[in-house]
Amino acid sequence: MALTIKEVEHVAMLARLTLSDDEKLRFGEQLSSILNYADSLNVLPTDDVEPLTHILPVHNVFRADEARPGMPREEILANAPQAEEGQYKVPKIM
Amino acid sequence: MELYELTVHELQERLSRREICSQEIVKSNFLRIHDVEDKVKAFLTLTEELALQKAQEVDKVGNYQSIAGIPMGLKDIFCTRGVKTTCGSKILANFVPPYDSTASSRLNEQQGVLVGKLNMDEFAMGSSTENSAFFATRNPWDLERVPGGSSGGSAAAVAACEVPFALGTDTGGSIRQPASFCGIVGMKPTYGRVSRWGVIAFASSLDQVGVFSRDVRDCALIMKIIAGHDSLDSTSADIEVPDYTAFLDGNVKGLRIAYPREYFQQGVDDAIKEAIKKALLKYEELGAIVEEVSLPHSEYALPAYYLVAPAEASANLARYDGVRYGHRDFEAGSVVEMFSQSRAQGFGDEVKRRIMLGAYALSSGYYDAYYLKALKVRRLIANDFDMVFKDFDVIVSPTTPSTAFKIGEQSGDPLTLYMNDILTVPVNMAGLPGMSIPCGFDRGLPIGMQLIGRAFDEGTLFKAAYAFEQNTDFYTMKPTLGVK
Repeated sequence: MALTIKEVEHVAMLARLTLSDDEKLRFGEQLSSILNYADSLNVLPTDDVEPLTHILPVHNVFRADEARPGMPREEILANAPQAEEGQYKVPKIM
Repeated sequence: MELYELTVHELQERLSRREICSQEIVKSNFLRIHDVEDKVKAFLTLTEELALQKAQEVDKVGNYQSIAGIPMGLKDIFCTRGVKTTCGSKILANFVPPYDSTASSRLNEQQGVLVGKLNMDEFAMGSSTENSAFFATRNPWDLERVPGGSSGGSAAAVAACEVPFALGTDTGGSIRQPASFCGIVGMKPTYGRVSRWGVIAFASSLDQVGVFSRDVRDCALIMKIIAGHDSLDSTSADIEVPDYTAFLDGNVKGLRIAYPREYFQQGVDDAIKEAIKKALLKYEELGAIVEEVSLPHSEYALPAYYLVAPAEASANLARYDGVRYGHRDFEAGSVVEMFSQSRAQGFGDEVKRRIMLGAYALSSGYYDAYYLKALKVRRLIANDFDMVFKDFDVIVSPTTPSTAFKIGEQSGDPLTLYMNDILTVPVNMAGLPGMSIPCGFDRGLPIGMQLIGRAFDEGTLFKAAYAFEQNTDFYTMKPTLGVK
């Protein structure tokens, strides 16, 4: 199958990636070729196969609800592109 | 013999006999690094000052146990407190983690000396380290060739004797393939064996931390330190970690070794097939039982992987939004525009491809056809291995279909590059331990042999690997850092 430009734009929107027109064409072709390759799985009958989501039989792991020291706020905010008054700063939302 | 050429266990012996001190070793390694790094380009960050400081502290205490005072390198995917961690990406070019990964902090607790952070494909996506946002690393056996990837910096640094050992991560072959290309030992343990806490996530159901070293004993030593349950990673297994060095007895009499016929097809070079066949004869000579088996779903592992891994990546990499850390586009007008522009500017092409592929496979209308289908095929692949391990202890195969390729040779078409992982990906899909050890050369380039074991049975892999290593001399060969 070949992805249309519309589909590429939709998936780029889902992925929150701005693409140039040239990138839409190029990624569209490359994604189509990878998806064609993935279509080779369709020859395998899998109706009765249980999907394998996780290799270990892991379950939710809980710990005691005890307060622990967190990381110092200044150290965490040191990596923020923009911070003010101990908080992250982003462009206006409303 | 210079100090930088010694293995971890050789350094341990000399330290414990007080013939040398840590500062001498660390200085020797930095001499080597300054001498060859222009050619190899394995490191993204060097921590020389910190390393010399640490070595001085270790020498002051004078307690040379475990890896105290021994230099080490970390793939730049491990968070290191106060030391820049980029994951090979522009989006994290200035990220300085406020904490250490569990694996690296266990090495720190044993007083290992970090000498630097190693180059990698961006977010561990790639098989050549050419996808690093910063520069390409070179293969010490031929500087015009790639070291493999994604942990290419780790493999090249160990092969070039810049460090005696290094940590890497392996999601689809990212330890075993570069170990094979660079002629060294690389182990990807069982999924859940080593904590992933503080390791920047790519595909969380496949990622696993592992070791690069120049011999099997070193690999066993380091694995013992980093393995084991960690309450900070709920997928780390609470299963006892044996003393892996106890498996290094060289005895493979009666060991049942299987070689899957599918791993000798799929475009594997003749020279590589021959080298593995010779290795199997060596095992027979040493008393092992060697038989051909079938893993019938092998050819479907790669297409299934390229749905599962990107799907998980698309979720994991959603966190890079320019808000809390990483690159931000300050020109953007709205928040959503800021997300999309920051990500477009910060991520490289391969990362964008995989995020979009994953988002597509998970999107409404395609989830069943792609993602769910891939998970079902994943079950079939795991079942194949289960069947074989009912009758056998170890599976042996080539690690890669070819030896190291030239820089730029495979960068045109993503699918061509993906094919490098065809023999390593099934092991991640099944969550099993896998290892690559040197087993020959083709026109001066190293060939790797892959050993696959039962879940949590790394010990048997060490046993089999050690017996082969000690009865051959491939592991003693050193690269010349030239061009072939």
